[in-house]
Parts: sequence; structure tokens; C-alpha cells
Amino acid sequence: MRSEHVLEFPGGYTRTTGPVIGRFLTELRDARLVGVRTAQGRVLVPPLEYDPATGEPVTGEWVPVGPAGTVESWAWVGTPRPGHPLATPFAWALIRLDGADTALVHAVDAGSAKAMRPGLRVRPRWRAERAGHITDIESFVPEVTGMVAPIRLTYQIQPGEALSRFLAKVRDGILLGGRCDSCHAVYVPFRSACPQCGTPITEEVELPDTGTITTFAINNLPDPRAPEVPFVSAYILLDGADVPMIALVGGVPAHEVRQGMRVRAVWVPEAERTASMANIKWFAPTGEPDVEL
Amino acid sequence: MSNRCAVIGVGQTKYQTRRLDVSIAGLVREAALRALQDAGLTFADIDAVVIGKAPDLFEGVMMPEAYLADALGAAGKPMMRVHTAGSVGGSTALVGASLIQGGVHERVLVVAFEKQSESNATWALSTHVPFSASLVVGAGGYFAPHIREYMRRTGAPGHIGTLVAVKDRLNALKNPYAHLRIPGIDRKTVEATPMLWEPIRYLETCPSSDGACAMVLSSEAAVTGTPAWVHGTAMRSEPIFRAGRDTVSPQAGKDCAADVYRQAGITDPRGELDVAEVYVPFSWYEPMWLENLGFAADGEGWKLTESGATALDGDIPWNASGGVLSANPIGASGLIRFAEAALQVRGRAGEHQVDGARRALGHAYGGGAQFFAMWIVGSEKP
Repeated sequence: MRSEHVLEFPGGYTRTTGPVIGRFLTELRDARLVGVRTAQGRVLVPPLEYDPATGEPVTGEWVPVGPAGTVESWAWVGTPRPGHPLATPFAWALIRLDGADTALVHAVDAGSAKAMRPGLRVRPRWRAERAGHITDIESFVPEVTGMVAPIRLTYQIQPGEALSRFLAKVRDGILLGGRCDSCHAVYVPFRSACPQCGTPITEEVELPDTGTITTFAINNLPDPRAPEVPFVSAYILLDGADVPMIALVGGVPAHEVRQGMRVRAVWVPEAERTASMANIKWFAPTGEPDVEL
Repeated sequence: MSNRCAVIGVGQTKYQTRRLDVSIAGLVREAALRALQDAGLTFADIDAVVIGKAPDLFEGVMMPEAYLADALGAAGKPMMRVHTAGSVGGSTALVGASLIQGGVHERVLVVAFEKQSESNATWALSTHVPFSASLVVGAGGYFAPHIREYMRRTGAPGHIGTLVAVKDRLNALKNPYAHLRIPGIDRKTVEATPMLWEPIRYLETCPSSDGACAMVLSSEAAVTGTPAWVHGTAMRSEPIFRAGRDTVSPQAGKDCAADVYRQAGITDPRGELDVAEVYVPFSWYEPMWLENLGFAADGEGWKLTESGATALDGDIPWNASGGVLSANPIGASGLIRFAEAALQVRGRAGEHQVDGARRALGHAYGGGAQFFAMWIVGSEKP
């Protein structure tokens, strides 16, 4: 057999504060923090009518303290109870307010236990409606040490004439290069000027979708453009080109990729093609003998 | 002939993963004020400020020259920003030096910084712009294939990168500013870490750091304290994609080295330099740059590393400070190399001082190994 029994004095007990704690709570109602000085010169916060160390009466000198303070020690409350000051996880902490020689116990709303440490600087979060009670401070909160500065830039990007020409051909399954009028080097993707000699490039060259892996990395960090980890990003020198392209290698385990390996582009089905390099799923080995580099 | 230029003050912050206690302005001031203190000067003694940082996306600060002018005491003075990707710290020092060498100013403050904790460099390097026909995955993804090609060409054994990763971290234990401190690090420690971008292992890469570095540069007439004299300066660049480009040993790096050696009268860098601070963000770049910079013949760089010649007690110590492998506030990393070279010839490198260092090389590279900046500093006037 069991029955719940509630014992609560109707309206709550009253407590006469006396002059010292009364002064502290009065100041608290006005959102001010004060301590009282002992005969030895120490500042007690919260204040007492007597020095707890000697039993002597405290002096009548009131000292403004805080509002900031330093956490001396703390205990994390992962599951707050109904009577706790906060409904979300918080820390009980001993907080020594600036200018005080003793610490007071209060709640610190730090978000997570990882944010708590001895030495953490905190400040009171005051209630808008105050009554002259320690809960006039809803909790303490850490000082501001950083902020988030979101920056978002939206661009309208156009690929430019040369790259547009290249991508239009990619839609048709063709890799377009350009031969420099002066040094005769073949660049792919097609570009309008030679990066080596600056000469305009006018001659278009349609390149095959086969080439040789000159070198590569095995990437063990995920990338949205790669289907899995590890993946191989390789320098592929297309047959007839003089500069390599960096592209994904697939259809072969990463650790079987070799420098000198012959590869061919694997195109997505014709119906899915757009003016984009996404048309090439990756380059896969052709099975031809390796090329001597 | 240009006017003489000297480094008279060096300031660094402690490099670490997150400097949550300072703003960017506070970070650069920390380095700048230490450099000024080293030179026995104040902001009032400075004629102009040159600042460098990594590309804007790295921490979302687009105009550091505007944001940080007053923090660096540049009110009413010339202030400019330099931008050459990862080599920017080196280029920043060289732009500052040119203002002295050209007789424009008497004292120039050069500063470079990075607060990597405010963003993510791999994100910033992999923004996947529409229509791009390329697949690059961060800096490691870009450089790993060139390291693989170096290994193929030279037949270097696989443990060479590990040796550099260990050597530089052991040096870092002697540098109070270094970020990575791994006491007792050895080959096993490095080899036990996973491959990120094969052939690059986790501990063969640089850390992500917050930090700033500053130097006070001075004309001959305005020298205070202990100077490191500038014996040569050079910058080169090349297009990232061009036919016939050697991505293992870029021509721009060779040309830059040849230029700076000619100015300093150096024909045998290994024999004539006492110490080098070279931009090695992935361990294999030590043997690669040993060849590119003429410290070893083609194909022989890894043998120099293996022989211990580049260790702190070797005949040509590379990265006595621990290098980029031990601290990488990207925008500042080049300037740190230049500053560490100056500290060595000033005899101010502390526990990682190379005894009797008289001439030192500072080196930085950036982009797809397409920007190079180098200087040679010496304890004696050029």
C-alpha cells in the first residue's frame, strides 16, 4: 500500500532576513551585487552578520562586487529536477564574484559540460521582474568570447566563351582541345589563349576520350563529387593533348591504379548528358599495356 | 645597386590550434609589438606597414589592410596588402624589403597572419565552382600526385617522408613558438597514422594553426639593435597549367633560387649557406625542394635527407624551427620562414640556434607550387 502525502505550509514559511542579508537582497532586487567587509578586511558574498572564521561582527562597510565572476568548481546536472532553477542541463557552480573573497553557489547555463571549467568567466542573467531573492538571478552565463559571422555570397557564374565551347562539345560526348598557333601545344579544356606564350588559340582539336594516367592521389577523405572513399583523383593526359586533366578514376580498386595506366572516359547515358563534365562518370582502365612514362 | 636592408626586429605568437583569447587584431598586434620591442622601437618609428594573409575565403576577412590599419599603427601612413597564396608571407617580407631597398622608407613593419580556427582551409580550397572541369580536393589532394611522381622518378624509398616528419617535429621541441609538440616522436609514430591523400600520411602533413609573425625592416642608417642583412631577394611565378610544366620541380622555383643565389654570390648553396628555412608543408617536399633549390642534384635530394645532412646537427640544417610541418598559420607561414632565417643569423634562435650561422635562406611557395619567394640574410653586410 502506498499513498502520496504532501507537506507544505500554506503560503510558504517566512524568513526574516535581518539587516545584512536584507541589504544584500534589496540590492539584488535593484540588480546590484554587494558584499560586506569583515573586520579582517575580507569581503563576504553572500554576506553574513558575522565573520564565519572568527565569530566577530562584520563591519558596516558594503562593497560593490561583480557583476562578473570566476567559476571555482562545478558539478554538472544532466537531468534537472522540477525544483531546479533551469529546465535544461546546467552546472551548479561556486562562483567568486570580482571583488569578493568568498564564492556563492549558483547555476551556470553553459549549454554543455564541455563548456565548463575552473576559471570560466561568467556573468549574471537577471530576471526582468525581481523580488529580492537569490533567484532574481535566473542563472549565470559565460562571458562572450566569440561570435558567428555568417557570410553568404551568391554569384551568377558564366563559363566564358572558351569553356562554353568546350562544355557544348562535352554535351555531344566530345573532348575539345585547342592548339596554340605559336608553340603548337594542345590544351584541354579548350581555351582562348596559351598560358605559356600568351598567343590566342584559334585551332580547335577534337581529342579522343582515351589517355594515360601520369600520376594520382588516393584520397581517403570524403568528397561530394566522389562516389566512395577511398577514391582516386588522377592527372590524365588525353591522347594528343599536352596538358593533363584532373579527373576521377573508377572501375578499378584504388590500390590497383598505376602511373602509366591506359584509361577511357566512362560517359553517362546519352539521354542524361548536359553541358557539364558530370557527363564523364570517371575514367576506367582500357586493359591496354601501361605506357612508359 | 639597391640600398641595404636589414631585419632589426622579429615577433611571433605561440602557434596553436585555436587562439580563443584574442581577436584577429589582437593576434597581429601581439606579433607586431614583439617585433617592435625586439627592435627597441614603437609604432611611431615605423614609416609604412605591409600585411599578408592567406586567400580571403580562409577566414572570411577580405580587406585586412582596411580592417587592421589602426591596429598596426598605420594611421596616416602607407599600408598595403600582398596576396600570393601560400607564399604570401615571403612575398610580404620582400615587398617590405623593396620599400627599403628602393629608398622609399627607412623602417617598414611587415606582418602576416592566419586564424585557421575561424574557418577551414580545405573547404576554402575546394569550393567546387560551376563549370569547372577539374577535381582537386584540398591542398593535400593537389600535392599528393606530384609527391608520387617524385617517388617514381627518383626511386626514393617510402620512408624518406617519415624521416622528415620526425626530424622537423624533434626540432619543434626546441622552439617555444611551435604548434606541434610530440615528445618522443619516431618513425613508428608517423607510420601508425592513416593515409589521408596517399602517399601522404596524417603526420606527414602540417597542422592547422592560429598565429601571426612580424618583422621590422630597416635601412642601413636606421638600424637599431642586432641586424640581419638582406643579401638577396627574389620572387617568381608560373601558370599552374601549361604544356611541359614540371610539377615536381617547377621552373619558377629553379629560376627564383638562381636569382637569389646570384645576388648573394652563392654558387654552392649546401656549402655556402649555414641553415635554411624552407616551406615544407608535406614531408616529401623536403627532398623535392632540396633538388629544386640546388642543394642536391636531380634525383639525389632524398639521399641528403636520409644521410641526416638536413638535421639540426647535419651540415645544412633545414627547418631548425620545426618548419611548416610543426606550425602552419598559412598566411604567416612564409614570413615565419624568412623571420627564422633572420633569427639564425642574428644568433637569436634560442635552443634551435645553429651554431655560428652566418648566412641563411628563407623560402616560401604557394598556389599549385606556382608562386615562389626567397631571401638570403646574413650576419655581415652584403
